[in-house]
Amino acid sequence: MAITAFTGSATVQEAVPRKRSWVALVLLLPGLLYLVLFFLVPLVSLAITSLEVPSATTFGQYDAAFNWQTYGVVVSQYGTQILRSFLYALLATVFALLFSYPLAYFIGVKARRWPILQGLMIVLVIAPFFISFLLRTLAWKAILSDDGVVVGALKALSLMGPQGHFTGTPVAVVFGLTYNFIPFMCLPLYTTLERLDVRYLEASTDLYAGPFHTFRTVTIPLSLPGIVSGTLLTFIPAAGDYVNASSEFLGGTSSTMIGNVIQSNFLVQLNYPAAAALSIILMAIILVIVSVYVKRSGTDDLL
Amino acid sequence: MATSSFADAGADLELVGIHKRFPGFTAIENLNLLVPAGSFFALLGPSGCGKTTTLRLVAGLEEPTAGQILIGGKDVTSTKPFQRPVNTVFQSYALFPHMTVLENVAFGLRRRHVGDPITKAHEALRLVELDHLAARRPQQLSGGQQQRVALARAVVNRPALLLLDEPLGALDLKLRRQMQLELKTIQTEVGLTFVHVTHDQEEAMTMADTVAVMNKGEIEQMGAPEDLYELPKTVFVANFLGQSNLFTGAVSETTKDTIAVDVAGNRIVVPKSRAARHTGTVTLGVRPEKLSLLTTEPDAVAGQNVIGPGRVIDVSFSGVSTQYIVEVPRLGSMVVFAQNMVFGPVVDRGSEVWLSWNVDHGFGLVDDPHDVPRFPADDDTVSIAAQKRVELTVELED
Repeated sequence: MAITAFTGSATVQEAVPRKRSWVALVLLLPGLLYLVLFFLVPLVSLAITSLEVPSATTFGQYDAAFNWQTYGVVVSQYGTQILRSFLYALLATVFALLFSYPLAYFIGVKARRWPILQGLMIVLVIAPFFISFLLRTLAWKAILSDDGVVVGALKALSLMGPQGHFTGTPVAVVFGLTYNFIPFMCLPLYTTLERLDVRYLEASTDLYAGPFHTFRTVTIPLSLPGIVSGTLLTFIPAAGDYVNASSEFLGGTSSTMIGNVIQSNFLVQLNYPAAAALSIILMAIILVIVSVYVKRSGTDDLL
Repeated sequence: MATSSFADAGADLELVGIHKRFPGFTAIENLNLLVPAGSFFALLGPSGCGKTTTLRLVAGLEEPTAGQILIGGKDVTSTKPFQRPVNTVFQSYALFPHMTVLENVAFGLRRRHVGDPITKAHEALRLVELDHLAARRPQQLSGGQQQRVALARAVVNRPALLLLDEPLGALDLKLRRQMQLELKTIQTEVGLTFVHVTHDQEEAMTMADTVAVMNKGEIEQMGAPEDLYELPKTVFVANFLGQSNLFTGAVSETTKDTIAVDVAGNRIVVPKSRAARHTGTVTLGVRPEKLSLLTTEPDAVAGQNVIGPGRVIDVSFSGVSTQYIVEVPRLGSMVVFAQNMVFGPVVDRGSEVWLSWNVDHGFGLVDDPHDVPRFPADDDTVSIAAQKRVELTVELED
């Protein structure tokens, strides 16, 4: 299943020598070509761009060089935004997990007796995808805006100061990220919980484990593949997200994330080396975090 | 937690007026049962008779609609499964796939905060001779080994009551025999109360001290295996526990100790002490292995029932014994098991034979066969399996 794709990373090494199969190679060829053309080439070009120096003559023109100092410059210049991105992504992932797990558990385990309800609820989880996430985020901006319903109600109840506002604050950005990634968290959780054998839970209660211990020692470990894929599917895109944190949507100057910085460097300031260096740094950090995470969670033998 | 220490010995189990209704059907109707402490008790019945539901009620995995469950005299009806001094060996084993064999066995001990769970888990694994596989995952073991781990995981907690839900169902015949003996040995060693649910009558009879035959949510008969076999009370028990030849007829004469029944012109005598009813129309039975096949008409002897002549219509050789089906006019077909004392069957298909048996081997039943009486029972395990196979084939062809 595509949703659990991340967790099957370490494949078992077969000791049996395989015959060379041309068919397999031919079948692999389109995929390999695609990857070379649309992943490897841009990646190399990005790395080259990140090392370029500004042209002496024209603004926005860059000459090939080996100017690795760019990396140091962007890290010191945008360190806050890099850290903030990962903090926001982490918060959004945690919140999405906290919201999605009970939801997925209900749909996948409790609703098994009513397949129609189960199907309906899954459709409701997926339903937001029917509308562009840009529109949905804009809708939230309208709802949370200073003259919107939520702020108005909170102000009327004196739960919020007269100068208070939601949009442009970190809270709004994390809220937007959480909201947008809940389906990505929910679906992989659902697929593992739907296959959860309740007889293990019965065995656990039979062996003197109360509901809490059963959940901690049986349910969570058995649904770990879903938790790992869900958190990865949320954390990775959330860390590089530039929509929610953009000031045109839910963000503001105090909540700029790395994605916004890259976007502005590329498209506004035309500082291509800085943007490229930031992209590569973002990619490297995510790669390290994800490999450590997948290795530590040890979900390989559950699949 | 209700139990914080090991049980010294098994506790008795008492079910009082248990009813269990599921939406749409009743699984158990007014079940009363007493399982004495330290005994090996078997609940025997066909699939769907409510035996697994009974076990789940005792384990606390289901709640009774009405009635009480007492373990060691304490009412546990409203307690949760994890509060009951009961452990189950599940039909599917339900070994936790994310834990090693050792951790599986130590699970219950850890939850009850028993000191030194690892040593105790190793001890339990040694009991089932699997200590060398303690570090493996359950899915790396064979079915028989998994079954033993499941047993160790339950026994290690020394529950007052150990429930076994058809734990040997998935094993092949040889392994099952071996496990039956091991289970019995373990039960004697640890002295716990075992409640064993099975549809395999042979398994129930070899292992249990007491067998309760269950049918349609009720207990038909309960007792020691040999009593149940030699003197079944109902048609269901007579046919489910082994095979029986049954005859229905009116009582024609009564003496001090015996009654004689007229079955389509044949006079069949049965001791009063072995018959449930002494007047009117009664159903008598005799076990197939109690019958003797005779090729010449015997002289009438007191204390022997004789019917015949009949014709052998089927002979099937099964190693230890041979099964003959004899068609007797007006009585229908009778089943005879004969030990193979000589090489192979003694009579061939089509031979004319007489059947005789000792009067003391017959039994009189409480009820009469409801459906066509002379058909062999279709509610034993083999027939159910055959019916299921036919249904499956039909389904697959669709």
